[in-house]
Amino acid sequence: MRLDEFFVTGEPLIYAGMVSIALVTSAALFLLTYFKKWGWLWREWLTTVDHKKIGIMYILAALAMLFRGGVDALMMRVQLAFPDMNFLDAQHYDEIFTTHGTVMIIFMAMPFLIGLMNIIVPLQIGARDFAFPYVNALSFWSFMFGAMLFNISFVIGGSPDAGWTSYTPLAGAAMSPGPGQNFYLLGLQLSGIGTLATGINLMVTILKMRAPGMKLFQMPIFTWSTLVTCFIIVFAFPILTVALALMTIDRIFGSQFFTLTGEGLPMMWANLFWMWGHPEVYIVILPAFGIFSEVIATFAKKRLFGYNAMVWSMILIAGLSFLVWVHHFFTMGAGAFVNSVFSISTMLIAVPTGVKIFNWLATLYKAKIKFSVAMMWALAFIPSFVIGGVTGVMLGMAAADYQFHNSYFLVAHFHYVLIAGTVFACFAGLVFWYPKMFGHKLNERLGKWSFWFFVIGFHVCFFPQYFLGLDGMPRRIFITNIAEWLPLNIISTVGAFGMGAGFAIFVFNIYYSYRYSEREKTGDSWDGRTLEWATPTPVPYYNFATVPYVDKYDAFLAMKEKGETTYDEERLEPIHMPSYTGQPFIMMGFLFIASFALVFEWIPLAILGLAGGLIMMIVRSFDYDEGYYVEVDEIKRIERKARGL
Amino acid sequence: MAEHSKSIPVQHIIGFVLSIVLTLLAAWAALGSNLPVKWIIAGILTLAVIQAGIQLFMFMHMTESESRNGHVPWNMMFHGFVLAAIIVAGSLFTMSWGFDHHPGKDDMGTHQEEEQQHGGH
Repeated sequence: MRLDEFFVTGEPLIYAGMVSIALVTSAALFLLTYFKKWGWLWREWLTTVDHKKIGIMYILAALAMLFRGGVDALMMRVQLAFPDMNFLDAQHYDEIFTTHGTVMIIFMAMPFLIGLMNIIVPLQIGARDFAFPYVNALSFWSFMFGAMLFNISFVIGGSPDAGWTSYTPLAGAAMSPGPGQNFYLLGLQLSGIGTLATGINLMVTILKMRAPGMKLFQMPIFTWSTLVTCFIIVFAFPILTVALALMTIDRIFGSQFFTLTGEGLPMMWANLFWMWGHPEVYIVILPAFGIFSEVIATFAKKRLFGYNAMVWSMILIAGLSFLVWVHHFFTMGAGAFVNSVFSISTMLIAVPTGVKIFNWLATLYKAKIKFSVAMMWALAFIPSFVIGGVTGVMLGMAAADYQFHNSYFLVAHFHYVLIAGTVFACFAGLVFWYPKMFGHKLNERLGKWSFWFFVIGFHVCFFPQYFLGLDGMPRRIFITNIAEWLPLNIISTVGAFGMGAGFAIFVFNIYYSYRYSEREKTGDSWDGRTLEWATPTPVPYYNFATVPYVDKYDAFLAMKEKGETTYDEERLEPIHMPSYTGQPFIMMGFLFIASFALVFEWIPLAILGLAGGLIMMIVRSFDYDEGYYVEVDEIKRIERKARGL
Repeated sequence: MAEHSKSIPVQHIIGFVLSIVLTLLAAWAALGSNLPVKWIIAGILTLAVIQAGIQLFMFMHMTESESRNGHVPWNMMFHGFVLAAIIVAGSLFTMSWGFDHHPGKDDMGTHQEEEQQHGGH
């Protein structure tokens, strides 16, 4: 392979990308060396197994991915508003909508939520870490390396261009030759290992490591949403793993699972993809529901209305999520009977979702609402998400779907549910738990500015797209200079830049608050109700000096009434903690090399990388590190300092 | 944690080796053998059942009794089987149920997209 085939050439925008990557990387290397921070980076972050630090890394990576996916989105919107400007050509446009979708779902939404779960769930159930802290680090590095592998595709080898759904036969070797599509397959495969491991890890953590006395139906609602999500992950992700593996074998070793020739079944890819893909959208929406429930209950200063109904509706949604996948390809033409079955199961999902909406409204009813930034995101979510949900039911009607399918109506629908649901929840959750993570609140004034820019921009961007869809504009099209589409497209682009401004203000707010925000003096920043607020801020690395006995929902509320804390000097005992280790980072580094080699079909290097991964697994098998104990004196010293005693 | 034993987990190693051997055997049957197709399919299915058995008995705690402070994970197994049924039966249902009419006799013009699907079928 020649060098000019290895690097992407001939695109000014991509040359600019290369230059900026080179500049940012060398700046980072220079700063780390200049301030002698390499040891710090390795000891504190790359080798950490602390769930709070891993969560912070997840969220930082997710914010970076949100930026990358957002830039993709803005480039698409510029092209659609000025179709005659030749800003992007067809190939580049295809690559950008593919990476936009993949990055936003796989490398932004999921890691953001998993990052919040990482930090908050152990704190909410009174645990000191995950059930398997080592595996948690492994999960993070598998995600991180998978995301990096996918992201370098735009400067090395070329990006995938068959859409985030990668339908065959288009995505097969015959019609998409070259490494582009392989980046998609192996990037997702590598990060999928981590997602599956996190699902198992959190499930065990929640089932086995709750504070003494805490029954399942006394868990905070965000923990419940995480548990249900973990079940979906554990059952859905293996389907994606198998589908990706089959297509990889198709493309690299010439088998015929999804090809047009050799009795392959191209639509089987769509079938398998959506068997994972539909549960996947619930993987990113159920934790969002959990976050909103926590935020709404806290700032309405009321117990969450209908807690049991909330939990059962989530379980029902999770079950139904495995029975609706065909509604993504009604137009395949499976016949009226098949489509009717899935049409009805799709509409059934609206019932438990509606139950949740009414429960949130009932929680708000006659409440003394505190309009903090987190609460504003939650309040904006309810009406916006309902618009997305109602149009979803419209799409769920198989006969009508033949009209809406692959039009901008669909694009508007899923952005209404994913942005108003997941992205608003990420912002709400980050603002809400920010003081717990970093010891200071985000500035509320700047937060409101970013909220209004983002929410108004969101509606201006996506509401017109419903009408563009009804006017017949198909998705994934780069030439749109048709007179009746143009005004709405321009409005939509203006909205997209509004969202970009909102995000920029949000990021600036992180810097501003780091400099100027008042530091938290207690652990309880918002008059919280659940156990995470019982810990001091910043949270000691062992979380709870003494784990409280829990026999009520809203456990911290009960503790506050009784005057209890998580520091009871009489009950102190040495705490068993896991040791930090660099193995997960190294193991996933090897698998990254293997995946990168497979992308370019360099089989010997791929075998070397896999062998490296295998050796690291053997090393782990004979690793008898049992962790260490934190002595009572050490706990006393830390807690007294944190609590100002 | 304290009574962590360093003895060799014989059962797990046997199970691990067996599952790899069975996989290689299935790959050989499909790629390298000259058996008739029906025999290959029947053989692979048999190997799959044995493979599932190995997973259940060697790794999935099927042999742990209540008395030894363990339990058989019936609940998870049930969900696993339901999901497997959804994947297999669901795929058959969606991928073949609607396709048994004979295209080309009547509505040729209106169903060109469907035609392409049949082409790949």
